[in-house]
Amino acid sequence: MKAKIKVTLKKGVLDPQGKAIEGALSHLGFAGVEHVRQGKYFEIDVAETDKSKAMAAVKAMCEKLIANTVIENYDIELA
Amino acid sequence: MKSAVVVFPGINRETDMMRALEATTGNKPLSVWHTDPELPKVDLVVVPGGFSYGDYLRCGAIAARSPIMADIRAKAAKGLKVLGVCNGFQIVAEAGLLPGALVRNAHLHFVCREVKLAVENNSTFFTNRMKKGAIVSCPVAHGEGNYICNEETLKALEGEGRVVFRYTQGTNPNGAMNDIAGIVNQAGNVIGMMPHPENMIEPLHGKTDCRPLFEGLLAA
Repeated sequence: MKAKIKVTLKKGVLDPQGKAIEGALSHLGFAGVEHVRQGKYFEIDVAETDKSKAMAAVKAMCEKLIANTVIENYDIELA
Repeated sequence: MKSAVVVFPGINRETDMMRALEATTGNKPLSVWHTDPELPKVDLVVVPGGFSYGDYLRCGAIAARSPIMADIRAKAAKGLKVLGVCNGFQIVAEAGLLPGALVRNAHLHFVCREVKLAVENNSTFFTNRMKKGAIVSCPVAHGEGNYICNEETLKALEGEGRVVFRYTQGTNPNGAMNDIAGIVNQAGNVIGMMPHPENMIEPLHGKTDCRPLFEGLLAA
């Protein structure tokens, strides 16, 4: 199975990179950009074929390494 | 006072740290490689600065999960003294030995300059030779030193006197909450700080402000 994981900064955590991207978009003339938050995207292929077992394993990976849950949220999509 | 300095791939301040420890305590620290399963018997382990694993994933994230860190975590729970400096602070925070996280500097720039630190807590193993409120010069060199934690943790850190060093005189180089430059855990045996005290101990460094910090280790 393939796990697609999105890691985003929690609400309220300052995202200076997002701010810089926001500034660059406005320099390029894109009007109406109100807010940019940037994050990370991971694809992990797992051998497990049982969806709930795979989900539990990927969740553990996120908790232990992929995300720092002090500052980040993660979202897993399994296919 | 026996000490060890942990070396991960991409760490680059281990020699400065070993030199500072030897110059101030008289004992040559042991060098420990990150794949070693066990620490030698020491009183203090220092996690130095650098760019472990090229800052991949998050600063300190990969190093924090290396074999030696499991042993450090177990021994820290039993009272081993741990000092994390710069990337070392990021690593011990990622390892869960200190609360909160270090994120990208608020202004996005890498900062390499001298700051002023107020010693807010002088009862730790690293600050016992300092006067409370003393102001020392110390260099910083980091891109991700912006200390952040939740409100509850911040309240605990402040209320329990666990902010050890604070940037002062408008020198906060990274946007850290409450100007926090260094903290200690609840048990008092793990300290993390972004500035580099090992680079302010000899006349050739320009100032020797941070020498008493290392000399304090002898009493610890």
